[in-house]
Amino acid sequence: MRLLSEHKPYWVTDLADTAIGKVPRVGSLLEAADRLGTLKVRLDIGRNSYSVPAGLYALGQPDEKAHVLVTANYKLTFDTLRQALPGVNCWLLVLNTKGVNVWCAAGKGTFGTEELLYRLKFTRLDQVVSHRALILPQLGAPGISAHEVAKQTGFKVIYGPVRATDVKAFLASGLKATKEMRRVRFDFVDRAAVTPIELVHTFRPQGLILATLFVLNLLGRQPQLWSAAFTNTMLNFLPFLGAFTIGCVLVPLLLPWIPFRSFVLKGLSTGLIWAAYVVMNLPLFGMAPSPVTAVALMLLLPAISAFLALNFTGSTTYTSFSGVKKEVRLGLKPILFSGALGIILMLVGKAIQVMT
Amino acid sequence: MKHLYLKNVSTLSLDEEKCTGCGLCTSVCPHSVFEIRSSKAVILDKDACIECGACAKNCAFSAIRVVSGVGCAFAILNGLLRGSAPTCD
Repeated sequence: MRLLSEHKPYWVTDLADTAIGKVPRVGSLLEAADRLGTLKVRLDIGRNSYSVPAGLYALGQPDEKAHVLVTANYKLTFDTLRQALPGVNCWLLVLNTKGVNVWCAAGKGTFGTEELLYRLKFTRLDQVVSHRALILPQLGAPGISAHEVAKQTGFKVIYGPVRATDVKAFLASGLKATKEMRRVRFDFVDRAAVTPIELVHTFRPQGLILATLFVLNLLGRQPQLWSAAFTNTMLNFLPFLGAFTIGCVLVPLLLPWIPFRSFVLKGLSTGLIWAAYVVMNLPLFGMAPSPVTAVALMLLLPAISAFLALNFTGSTTYTSFSGVKKEVRLGLKPILFSGALGIILMLVGKAIQVMT
Repeated sequence: MKHLYLKNVSTLSLDEEKCTGCGLCTSVCPHSVFEIRSSKAVILDKDACIECGACAKNCAFSAIRVVSGVGCAFAILNGLLRGSAPTCD
């Protein structure tokens, strides 16, 4: 830990003395810099390198009898955990999950038995604490074999609650998790927290569509003002912006209220309603009413929404591997076909408009 | 409001012969799929299973089987494109 004392991160308060030497200490109060970091990763800025060094940390003033909480080294995870534990003195054993949250890392196996065994040995935890119990987040269970850890190290794995905010109550109740603590949720607020990133991820295709529409607008008429072409491009883009917003924001937010269990159908149905509205009001979006354009948009817009809704399965907490495989198997080809045909018809419609 | 996903797709299965009723599966399952009834685990709601694999991995008696993976279209598409197993990297 000498290295840490020389290059102490701002969130480490000082060093705690233990039987094996100094261990970095953290508090449960987040600073402005931590909060800014959270905001940034929610918007996908530097999300893939937002980590803390793996190892043992002291939260508050733990002694050799204090609980050991195991967590991931994604800083958002680390911060969420310590923030949920004001006034608690315990050890935090941070696994190297390559800056990924507990659940995703457990799925990948980086929050796994092997890493836990290695980290236990590396940090010499058995010399720091006198007991032999580890409290793991329940969502780490897909990567951990509790009986294997017990067999190899003598440490008993106790699965704590799903949510960090329940850990304090879990500790206070003598390590008893209620049924509610064990159940993963996906409430409106949870969904709202993960939707901005969905939209940010589509900036590139949206930019591509904008550029294409601009070029088409320039091709359109005789010598035309750039500003007019620009304005019309913006109007033309609105139907697409709507389709993206439906797939990335509206379907996620309204998830349980939209009929159908399938995400493809949730996106498709909502996208169809939007497409129907657009087609009935083409002049509003700077487009000349034409049957070809109408059909093109009816094919293209729902396909965009359906694809993005399908993509959202990865951000949810209740979609199964087999279920999503089935959706991809049945839904992907129709989506791509509908989208491709829509694009072709859009171009055909434009060509007809230019030539007549 | 409870979220419901596709029915009859989960690969989860339980061997009651091997089950000792220790109840660890009820602790690790994030969707309350299991319950202990007269010292044996039972599958209450198979359609709620997301195949995360936590139960099977933590069953010391190998009583649970499930083909586990992550329900993420991005990872599955990535795997299709590369001809590999699903991956989000």
